[in-house]
Amino acid sequence: MSMQKPSLTVLASLAAGLAAVAVAMIFFVAPEDADQGLSQKIFYVHVPIALTAYACFGLAAWKAFRLLTTRGERYDLESYTGVHQGTIFGALTLVTGSIWAKASWGVWWTWSSNQLVLFLVLFLFYCAYFMLRYSIEPGPRRERISAVYALFGVALVPVSFLAIRLASDFIHPTVFTRDGPQMTGEMFTAFCVSWAAITLLAYVMYRVELAGKRTDANLRELREVLAP
Amino acid sequence: MTGYLAAVAALARKDLRLELRARDTLPAMLLFVLATLVVFHFALPADVGDDPAYGLLWVALVFTSLLGLARAWVPEREAGALDGLVLAPTDRSAIWLGKTIASLAFLGAAEVVALPAFVLFFAPLDAHALAGVVLASVGICAVGSLVSAMAAASRGREVLLPLIFLPLAIPIVVGGVGASISAEPAKFLAFLGLYDAVFAILSWAAFEYVVTE
Amino acid sequence: MSASEKYVAAAYGVFLVFVLCWVVIIAAKLSRLERETGELVRVARARVAAGEPTDG
Repeated sequence: MSMQKPSLTVLASLAAGLAAVAVAMIFFVAPEDADQGLSQKIFYVHVPIALTAYACFGLAAWKAFRLLTTRGERYDLESYTGVHQGTIFGALTLVTGSIWAKASWGVWWTWSSNQLVLFLVLFLFYCAYFMLRYSIEPGPRRERISAVYALFGVALVPVSFLAIRLASDFIHPTVFTRDGPQMTGEMFTAFCVSWAAITLLAYVMYRVELAGKRTDANLRELREVLAP
Repeated sequence: MTGYLAAVAALARKDLRLELRARDTLPAMLLFVLATLVVFHFALPADVGDDPAYGLLWVALVFTSLLGLARAWVPEREAGALDGLVLAPTDRSAIWLGKTIASLAFLGAAEVVALPAFVLFFAPLDAHALAGVVLASVGICAVGSLVSAMAAASRGREVLLPLIFLPLAIPIVVGGVGASISAEPAKFLAFLGLYDAVFAILSWAAFEYVVTE
Repeated sequence: MSASEKYVAAAYGVFLVFVLCWVVIIAAKLSRLERETGELVRVARARVAAGEPTDG
């Protein structure tokens, strides 16, 4: 069942290889940014992680949609694992973003970085997903409620982003800007390689995590048959 | 279509009648919002001007509505009536719409008390702020009815409801505060309209999945 | 190391640590699954040995 798509081993090896190339490119090929100096290098790991988190939440929402429309059983765990990975990468986004903020502006947190604030809201939202899921008895109802919640999550992303943009009108006077790196070709390539590596890594983690959850569920069922 | 609307009206009327007889949720909401406003007076330093007060108004409204929403599905749950409603030969989204309208009525009643009190205690409210309150209330009740039903299905319901409601309420607060204090309230009102449209449609469509066994 | 270098190292380091923590958690889960599978296999074998009908 799990080996229909490209073999996990192949993908994991590819991820590892790309990661090596990415690190080499980031630190030995891509030039240092004129404005930000060395701390700009954080961009190569922070932004792909953020994009990956969005992708995980999007995947979770897609699987949730499939669950609600087709009632296929496998989608529940797939959606749940998507949220799980998305939350991990979301937390990572917040931490790396905070480090980057400290490196760029001298503060560990600022409300003027729209992306950071958005991730904070999303992080709160998806943490509540776990609380919701674990306070409902396992069964089709829990699957459906979790799926609806995951779908609300992706609706929240653009709406929240818009809200945060609007809020900057009146919330905080201190605005930090970071000149978007004027990316040279080498920087852009390094970014793409890093993004590919991190996305693949996230996917491998997703598949491993999913296999773990599936096996867990299967074992529980087996146990009920064999040792009730 | 008329059958659907008739069902919605019947459901909303039932809720209103229940509340008028039992009188447990609405008085609590009224008292809570007034008490919150008083607490806010003591929470604000003397020289901050009007703007922070508008922010706190929205906090008060959101938390007061949480109080009401926590009890939104209690009558059905206690009477075991939700299963009956769900089995009834009507589109389940009608249940959501009926509940939303009823919640809106309760929240509106609380606001009829809260807004004059706010004007009395803190600062004036202009037409934009009031429009913001109306639009935000619709959003709060639309999303709140669905989310409250989710929480009702769980074991930790009173604790869970704020956790799942508040992140969704953040855009509402932004819209409301913006409509109250920004120099360009129109765009915040438009944003609130967008929020209402998106989340009302989502809630309406998703309700049946939340409530069926 | 300059301050910039420390922050860059911290950012990449945090990423590494997160992934390694995930590995630890998955490894623990795998050990538990292995143990539980072993127990169930023992139960199944006992059933077969006792001549009881097993599913499938």
